[in-house]
Amino acid sequence: MINKKVNNLEEALKGVEDGMTLMLGGFGLCGIPENAISELVKRNLKELTCISNNAGVDDFGLGLLLQKKQIKKMISSYVGENQEFERQMLSGELEVELTPQGTLAEKCRAAQAGFPAFYTPAGYGTEVAEGKETREFDGKMYVLEPAFKADFAFVKAWKGDAAGNLIFKGTARNFNANMCGAATITVAEVEELVPVGELDPNNIHIPGIFVQRIFQGSNYEKRIEQRTVRQKQ
Amino acid sequence: MALDKNGIAKRIAQEVQNGYYVNLGIGIPTLVANYVREDIEVEFQSENGVLGMGPFPFEGEEDADIINAGKQTITTMPGASFFDSATSFSMIRGKHVHLTILGAMEVSQNGDIANWKIPGKMVKGMGGAMDLVASAENIIVAMMHTNKEGESKILKQCTLPLTGVGCVKKVVTNLAVLEVKNNAFYLLERAPGVSVEEIQNATEGTLIVEGEVPEMAI
Repeated sequence: MINKKVNNLEEALKGVEDGMTLMLGGFGLCGIPENAISELVKRNLKELTCISNNAGVDDFGLGLLLQKKQIKKMISSYVGENQEFERQMLSGELEVELTPQGTLAEKCRAAQAGFPAFYTPAGYGTEVAEGKETREFDGKMYVLEPAFKADFAFVKAWKGDAAGNLIFKGTARNFNANMCGAATITVAEVEELVPVGELDPNNIHIPGIFVQRIFQGSNYEKRIEQRTVRQKQ
Repeated sequence: MALDKNGIAKRIAQEVQNGYYVNLGIGIPTLVANYVREDIEVEFQSENGVLGMGPFPFEGEEDADIINAGKQTITTMPGASFFDSATSFSMIRGKHVHLTILGAMEVSQNGDIANWKIPGKMVKGMGGAMDLVASAENIIVAMMHTNKEGESKILKQCTLPLTGVGCVKKVVTNLAVLEVKNNAFYLLERAPGVSVEEIQNATEGTLIVEGEVPEMAI
């Protein structure tokens, strides 16, 4: 067993510097690496490029980094829940690369899987495809999209072990699973770090080979963005 | 009378067939799930990573780890599954999802759709919409026929940045059911009590009316 466990957040984020490109898992606020984000805020790292499907909300998730103007560029698919983000983008303070969600996921997966690029039909004929190579296959047009290149991927899982094996819960798997192994160093934070051997090898979502550092996070808020319920009859 | 959002959802629900995997967008499309016939088997996919979505949870049973693409708390049905985002879009891009229902700001008579950006004003992003419209063979757009100022959103050409080109085949609005083909909107059905003239006046694009146009049965 190759031990990936680190002892604290400082060790987990060792080597993260100003100007780096970071991947951050999560969809909305579901499954975001809360501990890594707090540490990025605490260290006040600047000029970051962040690859994340969303940009958090004004006072949580990546919104915390936006508030402190730590982000130079965001690569996302949907940013509708964050007013400060919209303000910074419309004023030109923040560079934004909006990317179709499936393309964003596949650019992560391609990086994880060693593909330099892939063709997708998404965005053909729109401004997303401007300046990109296009090609016809079987009468349909496709856009060439390159894999992401990132320095760190910060992901959050439900359970993990020191070998780096991960299991996600519910829809918190989202981009977290695709970002593992898609950056030079993948840092996984888990709600529960269990002893090696306890996780059933049949049920591992992400094998430890894709993870370089793992730690048990603390104080998860797991905020719900749109609490929607129905009444009991 | 023009339909409200629930009326539009009710009409679209009639398009959902037994054995369909269906992706519902945010807004009116989400309501469609409430009106699908109970005697057919349908599974709802949400692109954030769930197939077999169920109704909203009862109060106190919400789980922050189980949401839909609108970030709402949801439940799952027996037989449901969770998966990562790339797998989710494999289902969409790979045409395993049978029907996509989504909203729009504008559609045009050649099947273009715009729903993600108003330059200089509103930029929320396209989310999964570009992937959905580029891949799905069966797309129904749910929208209001006109904007708040009464201007048509059913156009010759979209004025807003496009989400996809030549992809919309059917549009259900508060006034009409339209089929998009031959570079025109074909009027298939009218909302109850809405005249062909009213629909004509609210449609900027080319509207083709063939014979008697029936009222929607809802």
